Amino acid sequence: MKKLLSVLLVLSVFAGLFSLSGCGGNVAHIDAEKLIGNYDVEELRGTQMNFYTWGEYISDGSEGLPDVVADFERITGIKVNATTYASNEDLYAKLKAGGASYDVIVPSDYMIERMILEGLLQKPNFENIPNYRFISDEYLDLFFDPSNEYSIPYTGGMVGLIYNTTRVTEAPDSWSVLWDETYAGDMLTFNNPRDAFGIAQCLLGQSLNTTNPDDWYAAAEKLKEQKPLLQSYVMDEVFDKMEGGEAAIAPYYAGDYLAMAAVNPDLAFVYPKEGTNVFVDSMCIPVGAKNKAAAELFINYMCEPEVALANAEYLRYLCPNTAVLEDERYTLKGNPILYPTADFKTEYFHNLDQDTLDLMSKLWNEVKLA
Amino acid sequence: MKKTSLRAKILNAPYIVWAILFILAPMFMVVFYALTDRSGSFTLQNITALAVYKETFGRSIGYAAVATAVCLLIAYPLAYIMARSNASKQRTLMLLIMLPMWMNFLIRTYSWISILANTGIINSLLRALGLGPVQLINTPGAVILGMVYNYLPYMILPIYSIMCKLDYSLVEAAQDLGCSSRSVLRRVIFPLSLPGVVSGITMVFVPSVSTFYISQKLGGGKFLLVGDSIEMQFQTSYNYNLGASLSLALMVMILVCMVVMNRFADEDEGAIIL
Repeated sequence: MKKLLSVLLVLSVFAGLFSLSGCGGNVAHIDAEKLIGNYDVEELRGTQMNFYTWGEYISDGSEGLPDVVADFERITGIKVNATTYASNEDLYAKLKAGGASYDVIVPSDYMIERMILEGLLQKPNFENIPNYRFISDEYLDLFFDPSNEYSIPYTGGMVGLIYNTTRVTEAPDSWSVLWDETYAGDMLTFNNPRDAFGIAQCLLGQSLNTTNPDDWYAAAEKLKEQKPLLQSYVMDEVFDKMEGGEAAIAPYYAGDYLAMAAVNPDLAFVYPKEGTNVFVDSMCIPVGAKNKAAAELFINYMCEPEVALANAEYLRYLCPNTAVLEDERYTLKGNPILYPTADFKTEYFHNLDQDTLDLMSKLWNEVKLA
Repeated sequence: MKKTSLRAKILNAPYIVWAILFILAPMFMVVFYALTDRSGSFTLQNITALAVYKETFGRSIGYAAVATAVCLLIAYPLAYIMARSNASKQRTLMLLIMLPMWMNFLIRTYSWISILANTGIINSLLRALGLGPVQLINTPGAVILGMVYNYLPYMILPIYSIMCKLDYSLVEAAQDLGCSSRSVLRRVIFPLSLPGVVSGITMVFVPSVSTFYISQKLGGGKFLLVGDSIEMQFQTSYNYNLGASLSLALMVMILVCMVVMNRFADEDEGAIIL
């Protein structure tokens, strides 16, 4: 009897879990009729493609938005194996080691530069990607792909200062607030050397891509000064710490600020006057892709105004798609945080040479020992 | 005779293949990378570069040693009490020890952030009682707590399993012969349980010394442990050679610690030194 009861209990718990996951409300769909391109390609039906991307980087059917990948599968009959990575470096290591084959990946600017340099990417046939015309001119001819042969921009973003207005009464306008003793113990910064150094470099007026060792030593001194004032070095923990009021000031991405502000309305955001780091993540096809035709079809689909709109709404990052930027339904249209009108210096991270990378990691170790 | 040995060979084969593929080959690659430069030619540069990291190594070993000692202090009496209690109580205690391990290690560590944070559970309570917030998170203490919490079962289980097998008549004999209870512990129980203690120490010390997640989350990333430095070489500076050299140094150190520990276990008198 006891056994039977426990079995029933376990079953009811599972039933509860399933019914919970089942009630997602009415889910939106991408309709084939609303798409510009033709996605019913007979010879690709029943084939597979591997899509390797960042976590939570594509509209997945939550928040009443369409499940973009599932809709692609339904419309084209192509099975998409989507897997995720947490950093450009993870992606790089996977590709470099070989073994796995991916059809579409979404690396960031400096990583695309590195991958092109090392021959890890192949050129898509842009004739199969007519929706490329929707990509805004701002995202074309960038340093990592100067003649737009390898990459199709998917999203972008900029780093700024997030602060809690109940604790930071005077709105900051400079990175120097992260060195302000008033907020000692209430400040966070990036727990990764490139981003943490980047802030010191902006403040010192250096290039983010300097290869002059003296610049890096000076920036490291700046970070050592900052260390005793910091509460902690964080990456994803920044969400909890800023939303919960554990910390008062933190540098992070504008798109992520919008997500945090939805939870904690006391949070505000500013782009410091010294300038900041900007990034673009673009879709690419790596060498060794097994289903290039499906990859091109998928990239074209991702550039469809309807699809790009769903992704832009879900992601809250910068959208490079002009059709979305003009769309009245786009709730972030002209959002002053995502699309600031003020002019300030922005700089991309470039691929650094090995000596500079080694120096950076050595100095980062020193900062942490200080 | 020959037949059984062939059979044994066949039965062993999967494990040997496994060991070659996933233990020996990776070890060889670590050594190879550590002793070569980017172009693949022999160099000792990666080994000499380790001098910069001596404080990092020192800190890692120090924290792991403290965590191991705390684990031992908690686990030893607990394992003894468990082994001496009746069967149903033993099962309950065992379940309580194993239960947290059913949850993911990362989640368990992450949840300590919300317990120890300045706006966390403990500090909210202290504030309500007027005792003010106490800095708990982002301290070395929090990192050691994280290690103790996560690895305590690995200390309890081997000691407990030895204690269960301990021949209690030896304890009774010692008592009959007029041995004080402190001496019983020191001269009978502890020496007999030493193999469990040694394997417990190894099982706690090794993961503690190489952890990077705990120090990143509970230490606020304010100091690097060896694990953090290794991760950084692979993740941000693409210097696989230096990363391998750090890993090699860590492995050698762990090996030395284990050899020393095993010597303690072999010598009967060694037990009393502790």
